[in-house]
Amino acid sequence: MAEPLSNAGPLLSVEEVHKRFALPHGLMRRLAGKPPQAVNALNGVNLQIRRGETVGIVGESGCGKSTLARCLVRLLEPDNGRVRFEGQDVGELKGAARRAFNRRVQMIFQDPYSSLNPRMTVRQILSEALSVHRMRPAAQIPERIAELLELVRLPQDAADRYPHEFSGGQRQRIGIARALAVEPDVLVADELVSALDVSVQAQVVNLLLQLQEKLSLTVVFVAHDLRLVRHIAHRVAVMYLGKIIEIGPTDRLFSQPRHPYTRALLDAAPELDPARRGGQAATRGELPSPVNLPAGCLFSTRCPHAFERCFKERPLLSPRGPEHRASCHLEHFGLPEAAA
Amino acid sequence: MSAAEQMVAAAPALSVRGLSTTFAAANGRRLTAVDNISFDVMPGEVLGLVGESGSGKSITLRSIMRLIHAPGEVTGHVGWQGRDLMALSEREMRKVRGGEIAMIFQEPMTALNPVLPVAVQIEENLRAHTSLDAAGRRKRAIELLDLVGIPAAASRLGDYPHQFSGGMRQRVMIAIGLASNPRLLLADEPTTALDVTIQDQILKLILELRDELAMSVVLVTHDLGVVAATCDRLAVMYAGRIVETGPVGEVFYQPHHPYTRGLLGSVPRSGAERTMLLSIEGTPPGLAAIPPGCAFAPRCGFADAGCTAARPPLEDFSAGHAVACFHHQTVGQQEAVLHG
Repeated sequence: MAEPLSNAGPLLSVEEVHKRFALPHGLMRRLAGKPPQAVNALNGVNLQIRRGETVGIVGESGCGKSTLARCLVRLLEPDNGRVRFEGQDVGELKGAARRAFNRRVQMIFQDPYSSLNPRMTVRQILSEALSVHRMRPAAQIPERIAELLELVRLPQDAADRYPHEFSGGQRQRIGIARALAVEPDVLVADELVSALDVSVQAQVVNLLLQLQEKLSLTVVFVAHDLRLVRHIAHRVAVMYLGKIIEIGPTDRLFSQPRHPYTRALLDAAPELDPARRGGQAATRGELPSPVNLPAGCLFSTRCPHAFERCFKERPLLSPRGPEHRASCHLEHFGLPEAAA
Repeated sequence: MSAAEQMVAAAPALSVRGLSTTFAAANGRRLTAVDNISFDVMPGEVLGLVGESGSGKSITLRSIMRLIHAPGEVTGHVGWQGRDLMALSEREMRKVRGGEIAMIFQEPMTALNPVLPVAVQIEENLRAHTSLDAAGRRKRAIELLDLVGIPAAASRLGDYPHQFSGGMRQRVMIAIGLASNPRLLLADEPTTALDVTIQDQILKLILELRDELAMSVVLVTHDLGVVAATCDRLAVMYAGRIVETGPVGEVFYQPHHPYTRGLLGSVPRSGAERTMLLSIEGTPPGLAAIPPGCAFAPRCGFADAGCTAARPPLEDFSAGHAVACFHHQTVGQQEAVLHG
């Protein structure tokens, strides 16, 4: 049964996606007759993204947030599960439908130094995107390039310069202009401003907020910086070891986190207000290896609240209020009366 | 109490006066990375040196430790325990460096020797700066790894840096730094490469060690959240100069320099989600093109002709709070970015 293409359904959805990356099968392991190992990057992720919203995906390094972003734009194929765009399985798209998907879902990368071809001028970079997707007849391309530069607030003379002539913030604007050139519905931004200085970060964040309103874009904003995600996203998904462990509307998730890991992340993030200096470190220990995942709850090895059940049984992502879900055996965690 | 009276009240542990660091450029010109800066660090105090890339904050630390080599040149005075570090012979300086003053770096993977077990790297410092025998050094190495929170310290002595995670490597580097019981720790972006929960652990560790060992700390960072969470005072650097310095609470709640104000406004804060951030236009200047007069003037909303004609001196306007801006009274009267 085909899903109706209504505005009510999610624009982009991720269903039970798994992704493993095989590690080299070393000689010693072969000789010992041990099976090859793999990094479990995504371990069953479900996510629905509605048209026009900004979904933030946060987590620490190795949590799978970038792998998820790459699966969303089909730079990576999931091992199991599927990604749907307007109800259609993205993995089965062929020919013109696939090209249309490639155009409508665009990615902007973290490193503006390595994601732009150093031998092409900005004009060449932008016209390549325009002509590959046949966005404009050749005669109209110069005019469109001028529009795009205006849109991301770069001077018009930027068109005939090379990427190395720009600062990091300006390069990130070129990356945004290239993504917007093909008039996408969805922008997937992976650590968009992480490489930039604080004052320049703010400029790019402001630009993204303005562009989203102006062009009614759907944005998936992947970042490790909670303050940034809180500022930009309508909804936030927190990832840990390849799973979403909590998802909810931004204000609810930040004011009343219902998973101990979200609580720990919020407590660990340095607050700008010197009066709110914390006492104890928020977590103990470090991230377990994604090669051998903990048996029960993925966070159980570091969780100060873990009890017997947590080490045996993996909790499901279950409802905690309107649009708010968390995967923790302590259903009342985070409520004012937190006595479990 | 004036700044002069304060200094009589408590003698500073470190007293930097008129420190300048220049580098010879290809065309025979000299580029100024650190421009005539002065500051004090009190015993047991944590001073934050804040700025964006290229502001000279890391070069300041390296200049204090005399780690700047030709074509770099350092002038000025660094008062330490009644001596001027700039006037010491290289032989005397070696006793101070890594002995009385320890330094830790951003990238523990490049700062540690990859081909030596960590025990050898800790004992190397103990041999240079203490009179312990081999057995004593081994015992002390275990104590130090224990002190910085490495589990099962005794069993990890023979491990190489690559066998530790990023956070654990930073702990090893801190252990090496502490081996000689330093009186001052210079920390150059010690947590920038780490995840927030690990950053939180390392910053808390540095604060605990400061209390236990009565050290002073100079913490270089670009993250104002880190400053709010750890520092007693801060000095904000821009284009090689200190533009504002004072107690963290005062500067955060009532910044008097437009750059400090802009930096604070660039950080997303709670309660203002999806609004425009108070960004700073433009980018920090390169060393070869530092504007005349106030270096911040071209990016400043308060600047007038006077700002480009003359350089504003760093002057106290209340006890311990100094600013280098002709318009600091106007800036100080603006609506606060942060509310205390």
